Amino acid sequence: MTGELQFRDVTIGYDRHPAVHHLSGAVEGGALLAVVGPNGAGKSTLFKGIAGAIPLLAGSIGRGGARARDIAYLPQIAEIDRSFPISVYDMVAMGLWKTVGLFGGIDTASRQRVREAIAAVGLTGFEQRAIATLSGGQMQRVLFARLLLQDARTILLDEPFNSIDSRTATDLLALVRRWHDEKRTVLAALHDIDLVRDNFPQTLLLAREPVAWGRTADVLTPQNLLKARQMCEAFDEQAATCAAPLAG
Amino acid sequence: MHEHAHEIAGAVSDEAFRRSLAAIIILALSAPPVGVFLMLRRMSLIGDAMSHAILPGAALGYLVSGLSVVAMTIGGLAAGLVIAVLAGLVARATELKEDASFAVFLLVSLALGVVLVTANGMNAEELMHFLFGETATSVDDEKLLMIAGNATVSTLVLAAIYRPLVLDCVDPNFLRSVSGAGVMAHLAFLVLLVINLISGFHALGTLLGVGMMIIPATVARFWTRDITTMIAVAVVAGAIAGVGGLWASAHADLPVGAGVILAAGLLYVASIILGPVGGVLWKLFPGRHLEA
Repeated sequence: MTGELQFRDVTIGYDRHPAVHHLSGAVEGGALLAVVGPNGAGKSTLFKGIAGAIPLLAGSIGRGGARARDIAYLPQIAEIDRSFPISVYDMVAMGLWKTVGLFGGIDTASRQRVREAIAAVGLTGFEQRAIATLSGGQMQRVLFARLLLQDARTILLDEPFNSIDSRTATDLLALVRRWHDEKRTVLAALHDIDLVRDNFPQTLLLAREPVAWGRTADVLTPQNLLKARQMCEAFDEQAATCAAPLAG
Repeated sequence: MHEHAHEIAGAVSDEAFRRSLAAIIILALSAPPVGVFLMLRRMSLIGDAMSHAILPGAALGYLVSGLSVVAMTIGGLAAGLVIAVLAGLVARATELKEDASFAVFLLVSLALGVVLVTANGMNAEELMHFLFGETATSVDDEKLLMIAGNATVSTLVLAAIYRPLVLDCVDPNFLRSVSGAGVMAHLAFLVLLVINLISGFHALGTLLGVGMMIIPATVARFWTRDITTMIAVAVVAGAIAGVGGLWASAHADLPVGAGVILAAGLLYVASIILGPVGGVLWKLFPGRHLEA
């Protein structure tokens, strides 16, 4: 089984310091995988690496024949400039990038798709609102609408349920389940362990290096969680050069 | 009043004044949209820094062939691009942030410019023109063509990089995940910044030219929350300040740069007070709250 995503000794980081260190393994097509770990565990970095937003320091990622650009990616909401003067409609319509690119026009059918995506996340009537006027939960709905338009086989969600109300979380979780039912591959970086246990069949526990990976119940044991926390506290400014041979 | 109208009609019928008028309106079409992105990318002061950075290049051009439009343009363009690329590279290759990097290059190149200008005996009057713009009737055909050419390139390129530029501001990681156009857009944007500074420099002087970019953009921020409307408002604000300032400086025999930037400053103050998006009056008298 090659899998939808294949990590071959992947190391990703900044300024030679690895944020994700020697990750190997495969995510099967149609998997619903939670990526869990303490702050600084490398969850966001891993997602950026998969989405092609930052280069790998070593190793390679197989994407089941797809390109990095075919993968839909939801960035952390904190990384978005929400003061930028842009409307909900335009923000969602960015999800059409693959078809319209730099210059392409948005035809009637696409306009209809944008409206449907906005309706699907319950924001009908907000189309012309500036994103600066939205609440955190509404903003997250906008980003999910954009994902709907991207219509990708693999979807990466970086902390999609942070600082949003429970009703929004429930609505968005329903979308995640729908994607799972449609056999799409979904990876979500999450902090809420209970939410993971209730909704995600598989979990990768990450602390720069993979601590455990498999069925959620097997992965999220107290021992593993403790181990993950301890590993993350070991970041060293003076770290020696990693001795592991580079993957060929 | 009648006398004033007569005076304006007289000024407009003057060919040199008409050329200046055309130059300032063309500049108002091309520079403020770039300024809007400069502001939204939180690079307003970098624009300021860049305007100083082109000084040694323009001075070199002056050295070679006096107050020649083409020589000073080529010199300024070269200096601006070198500084933009160097500062960008230093920021990416080292721990230094881009603004700090620009600040260093600005100061060094300004000092270099001063040395070049004084060492070669530019007289005080020429230096005043160089820094603050000439009188209202000093735009010749060559300058006008240069400004118009720059504006054409600027507007077309801005249209071409519009989408990645917007996305790179709002959601850079998403842009990187769907396209590699972000880097290209940023570099193209720096080039647009430089060529508009050159135009601004020809119309308003090296020190004040950047004002036609930044001030209309900040004015527009007080009037709308929509990027497209913001660009339109900035262009209109730039045109009003340009025409008003030009007329005032012709009237009072002042350098054009000072007149136009003061006019833009008046618009800015008016916008702070009256602007519906965050303006002072709307905060003091918000009116009764709405239903939803």
